[in-house]
Amino acid sequence: MGNTVTEKILAKAAGKKNVEVGEIIEAEIDLVMGTDVMMPLSFEIMEEIGAKRVFDREKVVVVLDHFAPAPNIKSASQARDIRENCKKFGIDHMIEVGRGGVCHTIIPDMGFAAPGEVIVGSDSHTTTYGALGAFSTGLGSTDIAVALTLGKLWFRVPPTIKVNFTGELPELIMGKDLILRLLGQIGADGARYKTLEFSGEIISRLEMDDRFTICNMGVEGGAKNAIIEPDDKTLGYLERVCKKPYDIIRSDADAAYENIIEIDCTGMEPQVACPHSPDNVSPVSEVKGIKVNQVYIGSCTNGRISDLRTAARFLKGRTVHPDVRLIVTPASQEVYLQAVREGLAEIFVEAGAAFNTPSCGACFGGHFGVIAGGEVCLSTTNRNFRGRMGSNEGMVYLASPAVAAATALSGRISDPREV
Amino acid sequence: MVLTGKVFKFGDNIDTDVIIPARYLVTTDPAALAEHCMEDVSATFAKEVRKGDIIVGGSNFGCGSSREQAVLAIMGCGVKVVLAESFARIFYRNCINRGLYALEVSKATLDRIFQGDAISVDLEKGEIIKEGSSEFFNFKPISDEMKRIVAAGGIIPYTRQRIAKEV
Repeated sequence: MGNTVTEKILAKAAGKKNVEVGEIIEAEIDLVMGTDVMMPLSFEIMEEIGAKRVFDREKVVVVLDHFAPAPNIKSASQARDIRENCKKFGIDHMIEVGRGGVCHTIIPDMGFAAPGEVIVGSDSHTTTYGALGAFSTGLGSTDIAVALTLGKLWFRVPPTIKVNFTGELPELIMGKDLILRLLGQIGADGARYKTLEFSGEIISRLEMDDRFTICNMGVEGGAKNAIIEPDDKTLGYLERVCKKPYDIIRSDADAAYENIIEIDCTGMEPQVACPHSPDNVSPVSEVKGIKVNQVYIGSCTNGRISDLRTAARFLKGRTVHPDVRLIVTPASQEVYLQAVREGLAEIFVEAGAAFNTPSCGACFGGHFGVIAGGEVCLSTTNRNFRGRMGSNEGMVYLASPAVAAATALSGRISDPREV
Repeated sequence: MVLTGKVFKFGDNIDTDVIIPARYLVTTDPAALAEHCMEDVSATFAKEVRKGDIIVGGSNFGCGSSREQAVLAIMGCGVKVVLAESFARIFYRNCINRGLYALEVSKATLDRIFQGDAISVDLEKGEIIKEGSSEFFNFKPISDEMKRIVAAGGIIPYTRQRIAKEV
């Protein structure tokens, strides 16, 4: 019996020929990523364990992105301490405000992540980099501190669920719709502790931006990691951004899967996750007409250039509904600059949208778009838990940038195919 | 070891955003985090919980954000054990790493434990006893792999030992 791509990556990182599902292994880590909200705890723990420096300064990246730019004195103090601690522990790649953006967008785009690697991050959406064919997973601050110190960590080899997207992808159906559709089917714990391996005709036709979106939200089904085997599109992307050498690892033809899920995309409608869970999913036809107060386009899930292009197509020459505020937040400086150069920024501003500097702020209820009690927000982000974007009396709906743009124009949740 | 306390009961898919909302992630002090623990789903929990009390959840407890501050907030409340049908994986690792007992208990058992019950949890025997009644339930004791880390006092002393060996 053959092995899945995840098993093969973990075996290689553990220096073994083979690993079995359920086996505990110790893997060498190729990249450790930390963010501003989780690093303060990790540095405390590094002090406690007597660590003097990180295991390899080339394999560590810290990104200031959540409370960035700092919205208050407490978070500014945390960021100040992080800058000092990065110097102290020998972390060269400290990505400053204005020079990077949201971690899960810039880690691949700046060439830090590569296929075949074992990557850990202090953020649950670290599953994103699986879109490059890496094993990539989120961890808490203690595990991150250990990984930063030793460059090794134990893992239990997860069973893999293969998800095949088949059929014909209708127009305006994006990566976001595919992952929401899956989450609606398997639930918030349907892939708990497991690997989600995305495959099939539709995936091979999707561009990298959509693949990142899909892997990003794998964790909303409880997945340990999400992964897509590298193909020509992956290699084309890496050619542009990644300078380091890497291994292309793919699943064996006779790999063993715990389960194979087939999703026929033919005739699929845009999908919307309703309050208060990303797995509470309905086709847009069942929720359209619900009035919204705010529309948010951005985040590590949907703040990439193709997301902004999609939104701009709808907003060009039109104006946001008078009762709605639209906040557009490119996920990185690079995306921001590209949006300016292509004239997308102009389209958003002329439509009456706030066009913001890259930040995780609004998505997790930090700043730059917090909602009040009784308000409804339609957001391209990844979580709509109670209180996630602000008041615990607020309501958050999750959808694609196409649905978001259509909704911003009409003031009600709308089907972009009808605009 | 036997842990005894009053039960605070919650439902399925309790996510780390409700355990400790992101707006409070500007400190790492467990006592400060504890003041806001669960406040988006229970206005009274943080005020009423006492040292040694026990949180009982449903399935997929601790899903969502990786924030380890969720474990610190619970521990800051004086809670030493969480019982649930299942735990989300990052949260589970964080519990082991920090020394918070996260015990998987069957749904049938959880259905018979109620808000305000006083219960005793025997970690070695894998037994839960409802005080003032003859009811008791079994659960699968914590796994051997986890025990090794917990036996070293958590992942921090475990790592400290390893650094000492490598120097």
